[in-house]
Amino acid sequence: MDIFGWIQLVLFVAVLLLLTKPMGIYLFRVLEPGEKTILPRVFGRVETFLYKIIGIDKDREQNWKEYGLALGLFSIIGLFLTYFILRFQNHLPLNPQHFGAVKAHLAFNTAVSFATNTNWQSYAGETTMSHFSQMVALTFQNFISAAVGIAVAAALVRGIARHRSQTIGNFWVDLVRTILYILLPLSLILALFFVSQGVIQNLNGDVQVTTVTTLEFQAGKGGKDGKEIVQTIPQGPVASQEAIKILGTNGGGFFNANSAHPYENPTPLSNFIQVLAIFLIPSGLTYYLGQVTKNKKHGWSVWTAMALLFLAAVLVCWYAEAQGNSRFETLGLSTNSNMEGKEVRFGVFNSALYATVTTDASCGAVNSMHDSFTPLGGLVTLIDIQLGEVVFGGVGSGLYGMLIFIILAVFLAGLMVGRTPEYLGKKIDIYDVKLCVFIILVTAFFILGPAAWAVSAKWGVSQVNNAGPHGLSEILYAFSSAAGNNGSAFAGLATNTPVYNIILGLVMIAGRFLVIVPVLALAGNMAKKKLTPPGSGSFPVHGLTFIILLVGTVIIVGLLTFLPALSLGPVAEHFLMTGSNKLF
Amino acid sequence: MLELKRVVLAIVVLTVLLGIIYPLTVWGLGQLIFPAKANGSLIYFNNKPIGSELISRRFSGPGYFHPRPSAAGQGYDASASGGSNLGPLSKTLLEQVNQRVRDYREENQLASDIRVPVDAVTASGSGLDPHISIENVVLQAARVAKTRHIDLEQVKAVIEHCTENRQLGILGETRVNVLLLNVEIEKLR
Repeated sequence: MDIFGWIQLVLFVAVLLLLTKPMGIYLFRVLEPGEKTILPRVFGRVETFLYKIIGIDKDREQNWKEYGLALGLFSIIGLFLTYFILRFQNHLPLNPQHFGAVKAHLAFNTAVSFATNTNWQSYAGETTMSHFSQMVALTFQNFISAAVGIAVAAALVRGIARHRSQTIGNFWVDLVRTILYILLPLSLILALFFVSQGVIQNLNGDVQVTTVTTLEFQAGKGGKDGKEIVQTIPQGPVASQEAIKILGTNGGGFFNANSAHPYENPTPLSNFIQVLAIFLIPSGLTYYLGQVTKNKKHGWSVWTAMALLFLAAVLVCWYAEAQGNSRFETLGLSTNSNMEGKEVRFGVFNSALYATVTTDASCGAVNSMHDSFTPLGGLVTLIDIQLGEVVFGGVGSGLYGMLIFIILAVFLAGLMVGRTPEYLGKKIDIYDVKLCVFIILVTAFFILGPAAWAVSAKWGVSQVNNAGPHGLSEILYAFSSAAGNNGSAFAGLATNTPVYNIILGLVMIAGRFLVIVPVLALAGNMAKKKLTPPGSGSFPVHGLTFIILLVGTVIIVGLLTFLPALSLGPVAEHFLMTGSNKLF
Repeated sequence: MLELKRVVLAIVVLTVLLGIIYPLTVWGLGQLIFPAKANGSLIYFNNKPIGSELISRRFSGPGYFHPRPSAAGQGYDASASGGSNLGPLSKTLLEQVNQRVRDYREENQLASDIRVPVDAVTASGSGLDPHISIENVVLQAARVAKTRHIDLEQVKAVIEHCTENRQLGILGETRVNVLLLNVEIEKLR
């Protein structure tokens, strides 16, 4: 844990902190009805034009059921579109490598994966997807699934802030404004920045270069191969996808190696901007929460709770990776830091930082291979996902996930002092708590249930890359990632089989929509309530006590369910590594 | 039904905007402003493309600096990027690293008290990591100089020239690009 790591960590947190308020104010201007942004008027014209085509009245708000219906239909039709593009990509343009149609089970898995903002990838992009599929099927989904997440968060925040209201906003307005004012302009800037660092953006086929021996022939000496070797380097529209992949916490890479690939993440600076961009919108949303509910201290307290959980995770992960694999100690290496699956330009610190950020958020992009992390480093990434990705979290999904924990925390606090629990002047009733508990349980169920099935069935265990406890971790990670809509992987697990693709696909749908629907119902129920002025017995939702209570609730409620499974996987592996000679 | 019609219309216009107009705009601007980078940062030697600055390739002769081990395909296969995904207690991993340590020591004729740089014996995440650490370069320098019958000091000067520092003085790690270094070494003749 060297000094440069510490400097980069401080820099990262400082820049994130500085960006939170401006981003939050901007989000408020975009999402709050009647507010205006600073962008030029042409955006307003495009907005009006889009409303006209879609045929909606932007001033007509929806109740939660109408909102949910529009969102559900939109996601389903989008999913079908993606599925069919993948199935027919061999008949579509921009396919210079002449890839065939994507198999049905893989197309299903991929369409679901991108529509649910998971971006789990059972395929390797460079050998599966045409440029057209990458752009029209996948980049497009990255935008809309991210916008849907932000829309749901905005709906829930409005529900909390309003009183005696039947409506929670208009889905179409939230969708269009999020895309037009936030995701599209920021992606454009980010994409061009990435190109400036070396991320490719072209529509070419593979480039063939003659390697090694050309140079060696020139020299006329030194070569032992004596023959020309050709290296095939895939090309494509990477930067445009990279930008939204990061900004929208989608995480699906153009290439198999994702952001470890030098064409996706060529420099330390591109890497720094990527980790920052993953947290940018989720962090801004905490300020947005404070502004909409007219309680900025609350917003900052939520931010602080998230930042504390983040710091704890990143420090443990970094420490574990810097300590490295104790089995290498006798090999006479320069340092024992774990560099298997990591890139030299990032080093151990930036790999640990990226791994923590991507799993804290439901991003799932990776700049190093989590499967080769030390047991404790890998444990951190697993726990991050299983907590529900509420530490800043996915765009939108992080905030609405955290709001569920906040309501539970307030409820628990109310029980402890024997008062009717209330949150920002709203009494929390049985219905609200049932919805929150349902959301917590549904994720746990869809992680542990299918994982248990997979580890006891041939279709499950036959695909692992590592035997022993690490194999269990691979499977547990896959279902955590799918149910949590994260998308990163212990990538040794080869999931491109019909059974895995279909089951993971179903888990992703459950993890997304069995959460969104109750969140919208909660928004509707909260919006209807009347406001009670806070009394002396009201539990304040800012300050140290609240932060501690919230962090405690996240850890206890979120993590306890998974402790038995984790102790058989990464925890057991850690003790085997340090206390035995066993290899698998 | 009205809602369904809206959904379909919305999907159609957004597909055009986000799936076609947006990537093509980035493509146009990228090709205009940063053409070399947008097209893959290719390196030419005697007018032939010999690789990309960003993509590692195999160098096995003793007269060249060697990149990190690669788990991409059969090694350095740019159409099959990826890491080994071997866990810390994998027997395969331990055997691989052990073998690489032995090979590295032998190739570079290291004295037994000299430690082997960790990046020289572990596979990168992408399998295409274009860089190696400074320690790794320095330990290979004597071999390259000896094979090419050139002065070690000359090689060291080239290494110095090719060293990339932390970006903005802070970010990432100090490193050397193997392909660029080998091209510079080649020019020494």
